[in-house]
Amino acid sequence: MLSRRLVAAAVAGLLVTTAGHALAADKKVVAVSIPAADHGWTAGVVYHAQAAAKELNAAFPDVEVIVKTSPSAAAQVSALEDLSAGRNLDALVILPYSSEELTTPVKTVKDSGTFVTVVDRGLNDPTIQDLYVAGDNIAVGKTTAKFLVDKLGGKGNLVVLRGIPTVIDDERIKGFEDGIKDSELKILDIQYANWNSDDAFKLMQDYLAKYPQIDAVWANDDDMLLGVLEAVKQSGRTDIKYALGGNGMKDVVKKVIDGDPMTPIETPYPPSMIKTAMYMTVANLIGQAPVRGAVKLDAPLITQANAQEYYFPESPF
Amino acid sequence: MTAITDSMPDRTERRFDFSWSDAGPFLALAALLVVGFLINPDFLSATNLSNVVTRSAFVAIIAVGATFVISSGGLDLSVGSMVAFITGMTIMFMNMMAPRLGLGAIPAGIAIALACGLLCGLANGLIVTVGKIEPFIATLGTMGIFRALITYLTDGGTIPIDRSLRDAYRPVYFGTVAGIPIPILISALVAAAGAFILYKTKYGRHCAAVGANEDVARYSGISVIRTRTIAYVIQGACVAVAAICYVPRLGAATPTTGLLWELQVITAVVIGGTALRGGKGRVWGTIAGAVILELIANLMVLSDFVSEYLVAAVQGVIIIIAMLVQRLSK
Repeated sequence: MLSRRLVAAAVAGLLVTTAGHALAADKKVVAVSIPAADHGWTAGVVYHAQAAAKELNAAFPDVEVIVKTSPSAAAQVSALEDLSAGRNLDALVILPYSSEELTTPVKTVKDSGTFVTVVDRGLNDPTIQDLYVAGDNIAVGKTTAKFLVDKLGGKGNLVVLRGIPTVIDDERIKGFEDGIKDSELKILDIQYANWNSDDAFKLMQDYLAKYPQIDAVWANDDDMLLGVLEAVKQSGRTDIKYALGGNGMKDVVKKVIDGDPMTPIETPYPPSMIKTAMYMTVANLIGQAPVRGAVKLDAPLITQANAQEYYFPESPF
Repeated sequence: MTAITDSMPDRTERRFDFSWSDAGPFLALAALLVVGFLINPDFLSATNLSNVVTRSAFVAIIAVGATFVISSGGLDLSVGSMVAFITGMTIMFMNMMAPRLGLGAIPAGIAIALACGLLCGLANGLIVTVGKIEPFIATLGTMGIFRALITYLTDGGTIPIDRSLRDAYRPVYFGTVAGIPIPILISALVAAAGAFILYKTKYGRHCAAVGANEDVARYSGISVIRTRTIAYVIQGACVAVAAICYVPRLGAATPTTGLLWELQVITAVVIGGTALRGGKGRVWGTIAGAVILELIANLMVLSDFVSEYLVAAVQGVIIIIAMLVQRLSK
């Protein structure tokens, strides 16, 4: 009896004296909701999100970062409900599956007082987000185009492989077309190859059969570039001076590092942008660093000189 | 006398009808070649044709197996995912064995691919026959399973083949024997074997009988379960052979490998004259169907008539017209 009262008193005393500390030790919860890895780029997102979570959890004992992947938009909505049901989220970092379906669920989370960071794909209502981090798809096309204009002396025949009809694809193509507008570079042909290596291989074979003289090929994604390179290699043609991609796949960055003559450069649309978003969110939570706003990562030219910065041999992408 | 003259033209007509509908896919193929040549003379260049026929080999080989499954009254939606899964398993096994076996890892990997294919096919067959689940649903289930497994094996990225094996294995897709690309030879061999089994053996006749009328087949003493299960095992073996030819092309397995191939395979089989409801299989027609599909895609790129946005629509129209021509020629 006595001992129990003693313990109770001791606990009460402890509670009083450490109340201030206890609050501070209460971990800030950051939930990260991303699509599951179903192709190269999302696989990269998952890899970098998990790496960032590990680093942040180790660096900041007061922060608990939880990463949750979802295989579909509907699953992501459910995941948001699960994440916010159990505990009070201090921040949510989300790469939405689709803008339409996720807007309302994210708003619900926001209304409970959570700091919201949106990555890559925007929501329909931009007032929901506190921070927006994205790459620049127009620059992906434009940077590549500028390189070709420069290296080909402003003249030559190009063929282009585009992905799947989406905003991302349209922006890259628009950036590329803008980039070559004032030169005499001519796009002989442009067709969809679904961001798929096999489709790109076939399409490139067809381009090679159709056009006797091609100076350069641009595939607006690295998965497709791999198919293109096989087709060019098989044909034994020597007129093709450059075959370029975009996105920052490790196999292609490795080519740049190794000084490959046909693929000497790369433009990033890095899946590691999820890491940027997570670090900035935590900087706001812990360091009170102001981060509200929109961050657009540039798509600088990756050359042999700076390629190491973009090379992640451990990543699946 | 009148009776004889009446029945004579009848009989000849029936014989003509039969051959016409059988020749349908080959006529469509010939027509496509002529149209292609008129649009762009490069179309008939040896390089272009050999490219197109070579890359139709995967769908053609898988479709030979599908001819068995469909003519026996089944369906297999899992073949596209299965080819990805087998490709992944094969590459992983080859990479694992490369340090120990050197180039011997390639035949070892091929053996693993065949074993995987037979087992996957057997699993599909048993779920459909012993489990008595509708083929559409059963193989929709395994389609999801195989696709998830390859995504899991690759972490969503790619599994590339070991560099030391790459060059040695490359000729299986890119090499030629007497000027003919190896994948074409392999698909011709697979088709010849398929045609022999389907037309000349007891099993082939059982297949068609089970597909035409399950009850009648059962009453005549044919084991429906055994016949259908074997059809799925043959399908699995064909998928494995396709995977073996596929690996050296890009030298990697990804979660998008073989995506939607099942639809191309079924289309090739049906264009080739096999009845989707079962009972009738046409192996050589299937091969023609696979080549037709690939030719249409090729023609879309070589012609300048169609906007890139409308390519799929035009392909759809051509396929429907091809089917209508076959229907009307009956």
